[in-house]
Amino acid sequence: MDTVLKKDKNIVIVETKYFTFAWPPDELVLESGEKLGPITLAYETYGNLNADRSNAVLIFHALSGDAHAAGYQDADDRPGWWDGMIGPGKAFDTDKYFVICSNVIGGCKGSTGPAGENPKTGQPYGLDFPVITVKDMVNAQARLVDHLGIDRLLCVAGGSMGGMQALQWAVSYPSRVRSAIPIATTVRHSPQQIAFNEVGRQSIMADPNWNGGDYYSGTPPTRGLSVARMVGHITYMSDESMADKFGRRFREGKLKEKFEPDFEVEGYLQYRGDNFVKRFDANSYLYITKALDYFDLYNGKGLEHLLRGVQARFLVVAFKSDWLYPPYQSREIVKACKLSGVDATYCELNSSYGHDAFLLETEEQEYLVKHFLAGVREGNGNGN
Amino acid sequence: MNTGIVEAERQDYRVITGWVTEGASVLELGCGGGELLQMLNRQKRATVSGIEIDENYIFTCVSRGLSVAHQDIDDGLSEYSDQAFDFVIINQCLQEVRKPHTVLSEALRVGGHAIIGFPNFAHYSARLQLAVRGRAPVTAALPFQWYDTPNLHFLSIRDFCEYCAKNRIIIERQAFLEGKWEVRFWPNVLAGSAIFQISRSRPTLLQ
Repeated sequence: MDTVLKKDKNIVIVETKYFTFAWPPDELVLESGEKLGPITLAYETYGNLNADRSNAVLIFHALSGDAHAAGYQDADDRPGWWDGMIGPGKAFDTDKYFVICSNVIGGCKGSTGPAGENPKTGQPYGLDFPVITVKDMVNAQARLVDHLGIDRLLCVAGGSMGGMQALQWAVSYPSRVRSAIPIATTVRHSPQQIAFNEVGRQSIMADPNWNGGDYYSGTPPTRGLSVARMVGHITYMSDESMADKFGRRFREGKLKEKFEPDFEVEGYLQYRGDNFVKRFDANSYLYITKALDYFDLYNGKGLEHLLRGVQARFLVVAFKSDWLYPPYQSREIVKACKLSGVDATYCELNSSYGHDAFLLETEEQEYLVKHFLAGVREGNGNGN
Repeated sequence: MNTGIVEAERQDYRVITGWVTEGASVLELGCGGGELLQMLNRQKRATVSGIEIDENYIFTCVSRGLSVAHQDIDDGLSEYSDQAFDFVIINQCLQEVRKPHTVLSEALRVGGHAIIGFPNFAHYSARLQLAVRGRAPVTAALPFQWYDTPNLHFLSIRDFCEYCAKNRIIIERQAFLEGKWEVRFWPNVLAGSAIFQISRSRPTLLQ
């Protein structure tokens, strides 16, 4: 009901576009040294690019997201994944800014990934798809930004894996980024984060249908992927938000068999898992979680060197109840900023939603982002 | 930042703005909503940033276009290198931190100068309330009851001067305020609050 009302009031119909580049022999050289091409990126844009091309904002999605960040597509009954933040009058105000979001390489939402066709074989890549990193994702996006005729971005922003891309942009392309908003993220994956991802990967690979990644002509490893997603969802919530949402309540109806899910929380996780397999490719899950685990801006350097040479102003946001990307990791980003003389604002929001808060707590984020962006645009405060 | 004084009339802001040099880099610990930082940015073209623990104040600072970090100054300033700022300001919150000595040491490490403003516990009205009425003082500069005060430490102007002498801290400037007025004599009795500009004595290089 809420959605319908919103849709009537603020109807923004968007369509996903595609950009293909890195045609052989000019493939994209990946961080691993391997080459990938041609590469297609699915992307969406909202709002209009101004005359001097100075109002572009690049948004990054998290692990399971896609290019559809805002508005509605024709057949949608639900808006894009960050519609609360992007649109007319919202944090990323599409009356003022030209907002871009693309699906990452390695993904399965229209961009080139392991489910795509390997030009060498005419078959899906499967595990022939090269290992990709956050840096590779960002390098591919840079080609899209070139294609759109934009030299310098007003802002790069995203939560979780999206925040890593924002950090990587600020580091890889310092002269092209005026501001960065990394939310609920880290400069490097911790052992605990790697461990949770590994459970997800092992679950997929333990599914006999996974078949060494070669399942595109048969049955996909839905059980494995579903369990991986269930583990993920546990880490996205908090003890408090789970207690609020489910308590110890039982589901309605009688159990037909032993160990069928009878608690509400079990039913919820199964529902989430089962839905996920309809829209996500298991191999993409393996590749993208691995890219997250490899992410390490330190790269053997000291904290004081992490953001050296970065020109962007930073707004760093964390959530108190986020135990997957705990606030200490965001404070580390802020510390790296301060040590490198990078202008940074940090806010630790009081939310009980856990890691999911970056998608759900839009009111406070909207206030912060709106004013921060206005400051960047007008050169308020210390200017830049 | 707990003072009952209306912003526009805040003599302490005027004094501090007068002391900060043109174009200086400034860090304020416990910057509240950032009024002082904004004044310094506008009037002295200072490069400013703040640290604040209260989430609501962070929102206010961001709406002013200021850079502010949401953190507890009692946790130290390890993200800042030595002498990273021309000035570090601690105005009206030194009495609220758990470890004033650590906070002051850190302020003097990361700042060339530190500007410290605090309420004077030895003000005559506080003395009278304690001595005559036998009650914990509530004054204009110390407007709280014992059970709801954010103040953890009570110091007088003389206490602060002795602290500086003992810790080899140089007092470069001082101002004593009573409401809108500057107090010229007998400050430890007549001034409701004090502002000091201090620095760490450093060995002079042999020429």
